[in-house]
Amino acid sequence: MSASMTSGSVPGPAKDLKVARALGTRRHLTNTVVKALCIAATVLGLVLLGSILFTLIWRGAAGLSLTVFTHTTKPPGSNGGLLNAIVGTLIQTAAGTVIGTPIGLMVGTYLAEYGRNSPLANAVRFVSDVLLSAPSILIGLFVYEIAVEPFGGFSGIAGCIALAIIVIPIVVRTTEDMLRLITPALREAAIGLGAPKWKVIVLICYRAAMDGIVTGVLLAIARIAGETAPLLFTSLGNLNWSVSLKQPMASLPVTIYQYAGSAFDDWVQLAWVGALLITFGVLAINIAARLVLSRGK
Amino acid sequence: MQQAVALTGSSVARRSRPGDPIFAGIARASGVFVLLLMGSLILSLFIGGLQAFRRFGASFLVSTTWDPVHEVFGAAVSVYGTVTTSVLALILAVPIAFGIAFFLTELAPAWMRRPVGVAVELLAAVPSIIYGMWGFFVIVPIMSQYVEPTLIDTFDGIPVLEDMFAGPPFGTGLFTAALVLTVMVVPFIAATMRDVFETVPPVFKESAYGVGCTTWEVMRSIVIPYTRVSVVGGIMLGLGRALGETMAVTFVIGNSDHITANLFGSGNTIASIVALEFPESPAGSLKLSSLLALGFILFVISFIVLAISRTLLRPRLKV
Repeated sequence: MSASMTSGSVPGPAKDLKVARALGTRRHLTNTVVKALCIAATVLGLVLLGSILFTLIWRGAAGLSLTVFTHTTKPPGSNGGLLNAIVGTLIQTAAGTVIGTPIGLMVGTYLAEYGRNSPLANAVRFVSDVLLSAPSILIGLFVYEIAVEPFGGFSGIAGCIALAIIVIPIVVRTTEDMLRLITPALREAAIGLGAPKWKVIVLICYRAAMDGIVTGVLLAIARIAGETAPLLFTSLGNLNWSVSLKQPMASLPVTIYQYAGSAFDDWVQLAWVGALLITFGVLAINIAARLVLSRGK
Repeated sequence: MQQAVALTGSSVARRSRPGDPIFAGIARASGVFVLLLMGSLILSLFIGGLQAFRRFGASFLVSTTWDPVHEVFGAAVSVYGTVTTSVLALILAVPIAFGIAFFLTELAPAWMRRPVGVAVELLAAVPSIIYGMWGFFVIVPIMSQYVEPTLIDTFDGIPVLEDMFAGPPFGTGLFTAALVLTVMVVPFIAATMRDVFETVPPVFKESAYGVGCTTWEVMRSIVIPYTRVSVVGGIMLGLGRALGETMAVTFVIGNSDHITANLFGSGNTIASIVALEFPESPAGSLKLSSLLALGFILFVISFIVLAISRTLLRPRLKV
C-alpha cells in the first residue's frame, strides 16, 4: 500500500498490480468465509430441526401402541393411555377455532373492506398485530380472571375461550391480506350487476380469497393445538375421562407437561408419545396449509 | 350504524337492502371487539395485580425477595431472568438467523430455497412444550457433561468472565434457557429477515454485481443498508417472542428465587414463575395477585417491544 501512496495517485488495481491482487484476494476470501458461515448457520438450523424430530421419533415411537388411543390416563404403572388428553385437545381446538374464526374473519373484512386506513382501522390493525405475538401465558391469566375465578372453577369452556383469543389475530391477518389481493375488476363486475356490498364480499370476495383464508385457519389450528401455557390456568387438565365443557378438561400439551416432569418411567414414556403425536399433527397441518395456498398458484 | 343507513339513500333502498348496514355493523363491531379485548386484557391483569401493587408499592419492581412463607414478593429476580435470557438468546440468534436469511435469499440454488425455507418455518411451528422437553432431555445432559465444565475451565482466572461462567454444572439454568430460546427465535427472525431481504429491488443488487461486487459486498453495501430498519424490527419481533416464552423456559431454567451473576446458576423468568407457582396460589391470595402483577409487567414490556417491532416493520413489510 505505502509504495503506491508515494506515487501521489489513488492506489488502485489499474496503477499497481500487487495492490490489485492483494485487494482481490482479501475481498474474495472475506466473501468465501461469510458464505461458509451462512451455509453453516443454515445447516445448524436444519440439524436442530432434525435433532428435535429424531428425538421425538426415537423416544416416542417405542411407546406407541393401541393402548395409547384406547385407554385414558391412569396412575403410574397401570398401563394407561392418552385417550382423554387426545379427545380433550380435539374438543378444545375445534371449539376455539369455531369461536375465533368468525370473529377474526369479520375483523379482517372490516380492515380490508370498510375501515381501510381510518384511525379506528389502524388502531384495530395495530392491536391485532400485538395480540398476534403477545405471550400466550398472559392470555391464560386473562381468561382465568374473566372466566375461571368468577365462575368458581376451571373448565373446558375457559380453555376454549383462551384458544379462541389466540385464533382471532391469526385469522385477521390472513383474511385482510387475502381480501386486499383481490382485483378490483372482480368487485366492480359484481357491483355492476347490482349486488349489494355485503353480497359482493360474501359471495365473490370470500370465494376468491378462500384458499388464503383456509390457510390462515389451518395455521391457527396448528398453533393452538400445541399451546400449553394458556390452558394451565383455564382448562387445567384432568386425569379422568371427561368431555363436559363445565369440568376441567385434559389436553395433550398439559398432560405432556405433567408427565414429562414426573418421576415415573411409564409417564415419561407417555409424555414422549404425546409429544410425538402433537408435533407431527401440528407439522402435518402446517404442511397442509402450505399446500392449500400453493394450490391456486 | 345510522350513518351507514343514511348512506344507502332512499327509504326504498333501505327496505330492500337491510343486509348492507347490518353486515357493515357486524364487521365494525368485531373490530371494536378486538380493541375491547386488548383493553380488558390489560385492565384485568392490572386489577388482579392491584393487591400486590398496593401492598408493596414501587418496591415490588426492585425487590429481590420472593418469599411465599412470609408473603413478601418482589419482581426483580424474574424480571432479571427474563431480560438476561432473552437478550442472551438474541445475541446468539441474530447471527445464525442472518446467516440463514442470507443463504436463502442470495446463496441457495433455486431448487433449494423453498424446501429449506419451509423447514425453517416448520421449526417455528413446533410447539414450545416440545422445545422444553427436547431442552430438558437432550440439551441439559450435553450442557452438564461437556459444555459447562469446559467453559468453566476455559474462563477460570479471567476477571468478569470467570464470574459469568461459574457454579456447579447442573445443566439447567439461565444459560441453557437462553440456548433453548435461541433455537426457538432463530426461525422467527430468519423468516422475517428473508422476507425483508426479498423486498430489495433486484435492479439495486444487479447494479452492484455489475460493477464487480462479491455476494457479501452486495449484502453489506446494498441489502443491509436498504433494509436496516426492518431488520431491527424483525429482531424486536424475536425479542418479543423470547420475553414471553413459557413452557420451553420452565423446563430448563431451574426455578430459583435468587439473582446470580453466573449464567449457569438457576433463575426464573416472569413466565416460568407464573407457570410454576400458579398451582400453589389460591384465588384471592396475595401470591396470586403478585403473579398477576408480574403478568402485567411482562405485558407492558412485551407491548413496548412488539409496538416498536411493528412500527419498524410495517412500512417495508405487511407484517
